[in-house]
Amino acid sequence: MTDNLGDSGVNEGLSKHVQEEVDRWLAIFPVGQKQSAVLAALRAAQHENQGYLTEGLMDAVADYLDLPRIAVYEVASFYSMLETEPCGRHSVSVCTNISCMLRGADEIIAHIESKLGIKVGQSTDDNRIYLKQEEECLAACCGAPMMMVNHKYYENLTPDKVDAVLDGLE
Amino acid sequence: MPDNSITIEIDGQAVEAQPGQMLIEVTDRIGNYVPRFCYHNKLSVAANCRMCLVEVEKAPKPLPACATPVADGMKVHTRSALAVDAQKSVMEFLLINHPLDCPICDQGGECELQDLAMGYGRDVSRYQENKRVVQDKNIGPLVQTDMTRCIHCTRCVRFGEEIAGLRELGATGRSEFMEIGTYIEKSMTSELSGNVIDLCPVGALTSKPFRFRARTWEMTQHEGVAVHDPIGSNIHFHVKNDQVKRVAPAENEDINEVWLSDRDRFSYEGLNSAERLTTPMLRDEQGWREVGWQTAIEYVSNKLQAIAKEQGAGAIGALISPSATSEECYLAQQLLRELGSDNIDHRLRQTDFTDQDNAPACPGLGLTLQQVEQLDAALIIGGFPRKDQPIFNHRLRKAARAGARVMAINPVDFDFNFELAHKQIIAPERLVTEVAAVVKAIVGDQDPDAALTRLLAEVRPDARHETLAQALTAADRPAVFIGSLGISHPHFSVLRYLGATLAQRLAGAFGCLDYGANSAGAWLAGAVPHRLPGMVGAANGLNAGAMLKHDLAACLLLNAEPELDFFDGKQARDALSRVECVIAVTGYRRALDYAHVLLPMALYAENPGSFLNLEGRRQCFEAAVAPPGSARPAWQIFCSIASSLDLEGFKYAGFEALCATVLALADKVQPDTVGAAALGAPAALPAVAADAGLERVGYVPMNSVDALVRHAPALQQTGDVADGCAHINEKTANRLELGGAKLVEVSSHSGQVRLPLQIDHTVADDCVLIHGGHADSAGLGPLAGRVSLTGVGHD
Repeated sequence: MTDNLGDSGVNEGLSKHVQEEVDRWLAIFPVGQKQSAVLAALRAAQHENQGYLTEGLMDAVADYLDLPRIAVYEVASFYSMLETEPCGRHSVSVCTNISCMLRGADEIIAHIESKLGIKVGQSTDDNRIYLKQEEECLAACCGAPMMMVNHKYYENLTPDKVDAVLDGLE
Repeated sequence: MPDNSITIEIDGQAVEAQPGQMLIEVTDRIGNYVPRFCYHNKLSVAANCRMCLVEVEKAPKPLPACATPVADGMKVHTRSALAVDAQKSVMEFLLINHPLDCPICDQGGECELQDLAMGYGRDVSRYQENKRVVQDKNIGPLVQTDMTRCIHCTRCVRFGEEIAGLRELGATGRSEFMEIGTYIEKSMTSELSGNVIDLCPVGALTSKPFRFRARTWEMTQHEGVAVHDPIGSNIHFHVKNDQVKRVAPAENEDINEVWLSDRDRFSYEGLNSAERLTTPMLRDEQGWREVGWQTAIEYVSNKLQAIAKEQGAGAIGALISPSATSEECYLAQQLLRELGSDNIDHRLRQTDFTDQDNAPACPGLGLTLQQVEQLDAALIIGGFPRKDQPIFNHRLRKAARAGARVMAINPVDFDFNFELAHKQIIAPERLVTEVAAVVKAIVGDQDPDAALTRLLAEVRPDARHETLAQALTAADRPAVFIGSLGISHPHFSVLRYLGATLAQRLAGAFGCLDYGANSAGAWLAGAVPHRLPGMVGAANGLNAGAMLKHDLAACLLLNAEPELDFFDGKQARDALSRVECVIAVTGYRRALDYAHVLLPMALYAENPGSFLNLEGRRQCFEAAVAPPGSARPAWQIFCSIASSLDLEGFKYAGFEALCATVLALADKVQPDTVGAAALGAPAALPAVAADAGLERVGYVPMNSVDALVRHAPALQQTGDVADGCAHINEKTANRLELGGAKLVEVSSHSGQVRLPLQIDHTVADDCVLIHGGHADSAGLGPLAGRVSLTGVGHD
């Protein structure tokens, strides 16, 4: 059955490493429940592609998991940790939920925006940093204000601390 | 069945219900309407619109009737203050983002949201903020999107997964940004895609060809029967100013349930084509001129009379569309036979007629459509029912989803919308031996039927045939179906013998999925050269193939375009060019270079009559609109010709009297599929050439199958039309050393054409798929047989 036939054309395929990662997840889920691995597969594919998914990659995930392509587009477009547009290679998200807001998250955002010359939701011209949409609570209120850079949390932020972290990104 | 029904109370009324039923099924049954958008009785329950909230006693809050299973003693209030208040609140939310564009919305007047807003909406919205706007998507030529109107009921999404078997629409994004669409720019490819128009409770998905053509309340509704496949889906014509504005399915649980194929839904556009023939036309030395009916009929009857007298009635023949009504078929054969000729046929795309005397009274499924759902194994020989008979395929898919093992032996790896248990993709020449091997795997070396044993003596089944055979023998309710490619096969008679024998040994059903809406009716009405109507006697006329080989002096064409509708379009064209008098009873201005007289006929919707579908179900219909100009129903045309010829048997008191005559035929014989006559084993299996040749696969795509659909513009923009390309797989292309050729020259024994080359991995080895029903390939000749191919244009 080829209900996966989309018109997007290129199926870039999944790298060996991504396939291994997907297989590892597939082994965890019951047989015949391949779609359970869709999030893991998209995360792995995104990680290898400078932090965002292309149609080709989503199609490759769909084909690998025997899912209709639209089912993968649905998941990829739903979750905020999955990017479907090209963006900078380092993802920076600053929490602006209540604790962080009370502890000065807005100033941190303003500082980063002026430092990098971009607005929230944009990437720097050199594709180095992507300032993600403001995050809701990332469960680190005790260290507010906080931000997540790629997968790592940085807490008790000050402009100087932010500078140090951002300048350290390649 | 044990009665384990329970009793619940709905609005004070005690009602029986089955455990597992949802509340809404029970309220619907007793007629207590609960408002809903996402619930649909043919789809799974999503419970996401929340419109059907009802009060259930002892439940802390209102519950959705569509997703609340009944329980014994449950007390439900569908119209209590709590229920209505909940429903009204949901309605307010649904209307928050819905535009107030009903005056320019095609759904206006038949909109579920509009209707329910009358009952549950507030007069004035309390919502002051901006409404969301969603960009429209182009999802193809048939379905128009206005996604700002979408209320996210997901009926269309569930339809794709559950009914169409092709998940094309989805809900992408989230929260306020959630959108229904294909995400990428993509046309819907499902042959059932138009059904989302009916399913959509708002104006988000509407008919593109119908867009802005009429308001719903301006149209009248007329019943009809679909005309493109032998299933006979029930339809409604929606008519304004004596013109069919659109077609919608009419519910018939026995046939099409609530669905309709796109071909049956949108082919009405062909009725309003600018190419319609509206006046009789006659050709003389000066060329074509329009004439009155009397002149045309006199011309025809004079010609027929003169030819019958001078050359004998045997020089007259008639070739009839397999979608002609039974009444048209009956009158055409009556006209021919009273003139003294038996040369009449409707099997235009068939080439092997050798077993016609053993054929059943009329072809059929050997099952009802509902029984198709109950099959637990089926073998399809040379066919693609998904596109050719979409509603039949829908039933077959239901069976497959319930665990039936559906298998196919095909020259093309067609894109079925369910998983085939087994498939064999092989060249047409080997189709017969493949089926023979499956039969052999079942009957073994020693069958009580000596002729069969002899026939299969040299056949050696391998593991693949054993697998197929095992799946069939293990089944309780198996069936064997021959599809359109099998019917057009040069050894159709052998395939039919093998298929029917297979079914017989399995105690299963056997069916031929024929072309046209009424091939069964045409058989019964006597539109075959070897049998009289109702099988009351034998005759000895020329079949469709033979008529083209013998030089006829007069040929009557009924709603057929020889280049495109015949097994060998080139032969048909060449033969007709030599005929002294070609009388084309046609809906369109075609055949202008070889016809001598064109008689404009009423097409479906303009014509009363009856069809006999593959179940053997006779369905009568009335004309919904008048034919254009001075076009007339073909039954009137035949009666006029007969009366001008002073033929005796045509004194029908009216159309009803004619119908009664045709109806009486059906009483004489019951449609069956194997045939009363014993199946005669062929002397030998056709030889398969040892060399790796190249064979044409002449599949006719669904939207190129007849004149009406070929004149329907929107359907012609879909992917299901003949593309005029030579499709070949990579391996065969390499063997033929085509390199990077873009064009190829294809030659058959009778013709040569130059076509674009397309590498297509679905085609079997040593085959070239060249669609039938396309003008560019008509010159090639037969739909099947050996061809040669050379590359001419390179990169």
